[in-house]
Amino acid sequence: MTLRTTATPADLAPRRPASARPRRATGLAVCVLAVVVAVVCSLAFGSRVVGWSDVVAGVLHPDDTIAQAAVASRVPRTLLGLLVGAALGLAGSVMQGLTRNPLADPALLGVSSGASLFVVLGMAWVGLATLTQYVWAAFLGAALASLLVYAIGSMGREGATPLKLALAGAATSAALLSAVSMVLLTRTDVLDTFRFWQVGSIGRASYAEIGQIVPFLVVGTVLAVGCARGMDAIALGDEVATGLGQRVGLVRGVGALATVLLCGASVAIAGPIGFVGLVVPHLARAFTGPSHRWLLPYAAALGSALLLAADVVGRVVARPQEVEVGIVTAVLGAPVFIAIIRRQKVREL
Amino acid sequence: MGVLVGILLVVAVVTLCVGERTYSPAQVLQVLLGERVPGATFNVETIRLPRMLTGLLVGLGFGMGGVVFQTMLRNPLASPDIIGVSAGSSAAAVVAITMFGLSGTALSLVAVVCGIAVAAAIYGLSWRGGVHGARLVLIGIAVGAMLDSVIAYAMTRAGVYDANEALRWLTGSLNSAFWPGVGPLAVAMAVLLPVLLALSRRLSALQLGDDTASALGVRPDRTRLALIVVAVAVVSVATATTGPVAFVAFLSGPIAHRLVRGTGSLLVPAALVGALLVLVGDLVGQHLLVARFPVGVVTGVLGAPYLLWLLARTNRSGGSL
Amino acid sequence: MSTHTLAVEAATIGYDERVVVHDMTLEVPAGRITTIVGANACGKSTLLRAMARLLKVRTGRVLLDGRPIDTIPPREVATVLGLLPQTPVSPEGIAVADLVGRGRYPHQGWFRRWTAQDDAAVEEALRATDILDLADRSVDELSGGQRQRVWIAMALAQQTDVLLLDEPTTFLDVAHQVEVLDLLTDLNRARGTTIVMVLHDLNLAARYTDHLVALREGRLVAQGAPSDVVTPALVEEVFGMTARVIADPVSGTPLVVPVGRHHTPTNPQVTPQELTG
Repeated sequence: MTLRTTATPADLAPRRPASARPRRATGLAVCVLAVVVAVVCSLAFGSRVVGWSDVVAGVLHPDDTIAQAAVASRVPRTLLGLLVGAALGLAGSVMQGLTRNPLADPALLGVSSGASLFVVLGMAWVGLATLTQYVWAAFLGAALASLLVYAIGSMGREGATPLKLALAGAATSAALLSAVSMVLLTRTDVLDTFRFWQVGSIGRASYAEIGQIVPFLVVGTVLAVGCARGMDAIALGDEVATGLGQRVGLVRGVGALATVLLCGASVAIAGPIGFVGLVVPHLARAFTGPSHRWLLPYAAALGSALLLAADVVGRVVARPQEVEVGIVTAVLGAPVFIAIIRRQKVREL
Repeated sequence: MGVLVGILLVVAVVTLCVGERTYSPAQVLQVLLGERVPGATFNVETIRLPRMLTGLLVGLGFGMGGVVFQTMLRNPLASPDIIGVSAGSSAAAVVAITMFGLSGTALSLVAVVCGIAVAAAIYGLSWRGGVHGARLVLIGIAVGAMLDSVIAYAMTRAGVYDANEALRWLTGSLNSAFWPGVGPLAVAMAVLLPVLLALSRRLSALQLGDDTASALGVRPDRTRLALIVVAVAVVSVATATTGPVAFVAFLSGPIAHRLVRGTGSLLVPAALVGALLVLVGDLVGQHLLVARFPVGVVTGVLGAPYLLWLLARTNRSGGSL
Repeated sequence: MSTHTLAVEAATIGYDERVVVHDMTLEVPAGRITTIVGANACGKSTLLRAMARLLKVRTGRVLLDGRPIDTIPPREVATVLGLLPQTPVSPEGIAVADLVGRGRYPHQGWFRRWTAQDDAAVEEALRATDILDLADRSVDELSGGQRQRVWIAMALAQQTDVLLLDEPTTFLDVAHQVEVLDLLTDLNRARGTTIVMVLHDLNLAARYTDHLVALREGRLVAQGAPSDVVTPALVEEVFGMTARVIADPVSGTPLVVPVGRHHTPTNPQVTPQELTG
């Protein structure tokens, strides 16, 4: 092996980073198209069957007929689906990137359970009763729970390693959910409300409530994108990342804040929706490979498309009733996830 | 370990003594020896003894089943309650309670059968020319999450009373522990736990990795299958009896590891710790709190912070769990 | 030729309560190859990690160009000092060229994205390590020796004047070990890169090193040119092993031959002065 200094023509053939870019861009266009299709379906299909003319009329100037009113009511729902799906996809990608842990998921790292506990406590002791009030309780709970998980997981000399974070998350979740059960067992009235909140759904929110969470989602998204380069470095191990001049602790901190904002806002408004944050990054990586700068936009688009599609399925399968989107994502997401696992080489946990 | 057995005996006796009416250990002994003590005989023999025995047996099962999974998959996270093995029993039970109004033996039977079926499905889905530990854990978590949503759905479609009942069951409770249930439980544990113990030597070979295990004359896949089948059966039977008592399967192994320093098998210590957790948890839940809580709430609320503390301590000293 | 200096001043380094390296003072000669040797757990990796700012020193300082290394912005350090740890992580499915390209991070900013200069640096690194034909392959598919070359290529793409390597030959067979060390020597000769590494094999260290640093239980035992430093007495002190030292028939550098319990030495001892290296 010597230091060669002359190039042969074959050496100068285009390399992968250059050649892969157009394909990734095309893929992203396809993802965006999928989102558009999902939006149209979300407006057109529901537990009430309506004609296409009613769909158009309902979106433009609603309330003339029951059918058009039904369509109009699907608009905020579709908007929320877009936002929450993208947020969960981004949050899952950031979590998995920061922890180098393919299992990292909002639910696994304690965010959803923190939100659940605070909503239950709010219902039981503070008398919260409306969705607007739940939003703040859920947000606070999500933030505190993730701070706790991160604090415990990052103690010690190697900082927040994947295993320590995951263990801290699982333990915190279990602890918080036990506290939830403790409250629910003594308060049947709270159980009666909470069991509906506990199933994630995007059908309950109004524009005003959606407006409340938008600032959080925007800030969270900006922070997540800001971490992309740092996460690419962290993917090579903390030591290499340090060697490349990244402040590993800072990237982790900013990324954690991004996930808290994104997941907290989603859980707050839609309740816990599992599997989107876990599955979407895996799906996205199949297109993008390990680069986070591509992974994040893919994950946002795929998250939105997946969540809306799941919501449409939930509205259609049980007409005239609806199955909540949180249940559909789990039932549809799990097999997809299993298929991915079976196809891939899985590294040691 | 002798100390553990001692503490367990003391706690078991205390469980029999303490209640709305408290009896002296001497009175309890008389009852156990078959003498009639007014009042005490009914309370101790009919109510407290089956409850204590159920807690003991279930705890032994959760502890040993949990540590078998954790050791086999070389990951403290991989306890049956985390990787979806218990979720099969739970989901079946909740559906049975809320949609078909089942209870008692029928409920237990459904829970055992579905628990084993789901575990078999997880194992089957993880099979690709052999079962890889990481793949098993991942698929288990996926299946578990799916079943959790089934549970949540069933809860929203049920009446409030049924939902409350299902929640109590999901938390894990000894409230339905009476004599008729103790016999089958005891028989199942008496058969299954010794089998696990007999397999423990192969388990310690498996811990060194598949290749080393083969070199030591242990067939990795066959051993793993046997261990999984038996451990799942143990956990399912226990779950079917009381519901998945939160955290016992998860915590027993790490706690036993702390208590019993050394390299020996953790199966027996973990089983003892499991039994201790359930009995103490039930004592606390029944008598020390403002309201009566099922044991699972106590093990969850008290056990989880302990695990967090354990994690924090382990993290600071830089060791591994 | 590298003009950057790296030095350790009266440093105590450790983890939590345990002190691993005591009162270490060391100056790395610029533009040369320095190798840290010692028995297992003598603190050689710990010392290297502190020099790479992966560990904070308890007392004393690590100085890069005369400034305490922890006061310099991380990215600025990363343009001067490269690092290859013992167990880097390769993300699943990453292509060789992508991984090598990540070595360009310190040279990019928030708004300065990938440029032709980056392309050139990656290509040069791939060529220097002779893995240009692997550029599109997935790192997962490569052999251990190829993979190590990819990681070295990543460090090369970083284009730093100082390169720290923690046991770069671990897990490699002897042919690949020699190949990697030849490559590092090429790099040192062609670019004047200052190289500091930890090695297990004393004989390879003696052959490829300009400046040898021997540690025992966290303290400096000896440092200097291998032909001055490697003596039976040193081997005895550092490794607790009786050995003969002869001249390497190929390079003339000292060659340590262990005595062991089952053989009686017959040839006369060769003193360092007789070495021709």
